[in-house]
Amino acid sequence: MSAAISPPVGLTEPENEVNRRPSFKSRALHSPTFMSGAILTTTIVALALLAPVIGRYSPVAQDLLHPLAGPSGAHWLGTDELGRDVWSRLLYAGRTDLQVGVLAVLFPFAFGVSIGTVCGYFGGRIDSVVMRIVDVVLAFPFYVLIIALVFVVGVGTHGIYIAFGLTDWVIYARTTRSGTMVARSLDWVAAAEGGGLSRMRVLWRHILPNTITQAVVYVMSDIVLVILAVVTLGYLGLGIQPPAPDWGSMISDGQSFIQTNQWLAAIPGLAVVLTGIGLSLLGDGLADVMRPE
Amino acid sequence: MAAGLRSPERGARFARRYLTSPGLRYVVRRILLSIPVVLGVVVVTFLLLRLIPGDPARTLLGLHAPASAVAALRRQLGLDEPIWRQFWAYFYDLAHGNLGTSIYYQAPVASVIAPGLPLTGSLVLVATFFAIVITVPLAALAATHQDRASDHAVRLFSLMGLGMPSFWFGIILIVLFAVDLHWFPVGGYGTTFWEHLHSLLLPGLCAAIGIVPVLIRSLRVGMLDVLGADYVATARAKGLRSSRVTFVHVARNALIPTVTLLGINIAYLIGGTVVIERVFALNGLGSAMLTAIDNRDFPVVQGVTLVYALGVIVVILITDLVTARLDPRIRLK
Repeated sequence: MSAAISPPVGLTEPENEVNRRPSFKSRALHSPTFMSGAILTTTIVALALLAPVIGRYSPVAQDLLHPLAGPSGAHWLGTDELGRDVWSRLLYAGRTDLQVGVLAVLFPFAFGVSIGTVCGYFGGRIDSVVMRIVDVVLAFPFYVLIIALVFVVGVGTHGIYIAFGLTDWVIYARTTRSGTMVARSLDWVAAAEGGGLSRMRVLWRHILPNTITQAVVYVMSDIVLVILAVVTLGYLGLGIQPPAPDWGSMISDGQSFIQTNQWLAAIPGLAVVLTGIGLSLLGDGLADVMRPE
Repeated sequence: MAAGLRSPERGARFARRYLTSPGLRYVVRRILLSIPVVLGVVVVTFLLLRLIPGDPARTLLGLHAPASAVAALRRQLGLDEPIWRQFWAYFYDLAHGNLGTSIYYQAPVASVIAPGLPLTGSLVLVATFFAIVITVPLAALAATHQDRASDHAVRLFSLMGLGMPSFWFGIILIVLFAVDLHWFPVGGYGTTFWEHLHSLLLPGLCAAIGIVPVLIRSLRVGMLDVLGADYVATARAKGLRSSRVTFVHVARNALIPTVTLLGINIAYLIGGTVVIERVFALNGLGSAMLTAIDNRDFPVVQGVTLVYALGVIVVILITDLVTARLDPRIRLK
């Protein structure tokens, strides 16, 4: 009797393909937020990287015979008060600002995530000391602290890196700490610890992969924040120093001609806004795509 | 209250009645909790001088200053003393209300920065008002129309705001509303109360835009949570009008995260006013700070930084107390 030995129905059912989660790539391709952010950001980064090719002029070459010219075939976005090509300056400025924005978040990201993981996992005295430091840093208005630090350690790019290195890690530390505290109490972490794995291994292989998502998503917003700060410092004359082009100092220079040549101040600002939209969309998209089911 | 404390019997009754109340205990505990933060802030502003590379006195005065002037400044800043003596002197002076002496004006730092305080305070108030007035309706609109056109429009608005340099937005506002339309002054603060208020509207809007996108995003999520809560479904099922549900049940519970959020983001808003004061030519704390930087007047920069941080601590304390007032769960915990 063959019917008697056939296994129960549930066991023979083939694995249901429909319920399996689509791959990361497929989820990314199907997220309109992620895709629009990725396209916008890639375009802006590509334009910045290609500055020497498509810029056509040196960003610092002056042409004092043709200052404040309107858009033309020779100068697509016209020239500024020293006859410098605005299109070239815009591209090179983007190159500098994006580069500083990305480099400035590297140390805060690495340091903040590490210290947040240690604090969240071990707790105790280190945790309370670090969290008090975080409270103190957050008590300062962001811009006030950055401006004061840049003034103290010296204006320019290295001042920006030091100022962000000293302050920006606190956000990463705080979010990673709370993520780690949640992960620590989960069953599979207890199982890994009970199985005799070393603490380093538990932290590195079982906790960090689950907590890092939030930090990675925040990196995108953080780059926007840093670029805004760099541009603001540039506007105040404390950021990237002339003659190197920077969106902030371009706006500041253009402000003097706001009555007659509005585009001089308007265009670099638009570039900042577009960059912000691109990176924010990318961050939102990443959050959607990387969210655990 | 003072009269009540004078007679011992009534004083005891007062203490029994109020000091044992969980609400007051929360207030006292919350104030005690901010003391270590204040101390930390003092340590950080003290250490600012230490971060100046090389000899701070030489760096501040420049390469061409005579050696005698550098030595004098070093004495004034107390750089010859051991560091713990310097810190004690700094702390002792602060405790007596002395913020140091301006190198540039040779006057007490407090007298240099005090005139700017009312302006910056008013600017922060106006900006907070704008932040709330813009955030609450837009977040409510987005939450009640989830995934529909108005939700997407609000989202686009937040996205644009997230990457917008506030000083650039300020320049645009000046061109549109002050230069072209003459509705507002291009800069300055006026002399009467109404002139003050009038000249703070554009800067206030500008400072608010810096935090509005973050507020809208969080509040929208908070409202969606509340809208999905069981007690809202119950209220609807009881047959209450939808406006009553929105304003009585949803709004009150969504108000708590709004105030908390405001407390968290107010530090960012206050920091943003520094550059906005420069754009609108307002002589507040921020302008005092930037002028001091131009003059390489370190004690003033240090004093302003400290005052800003203390201001933030007070504002966060107030928002925490307000949240506790709105939400009994916090003060009874």
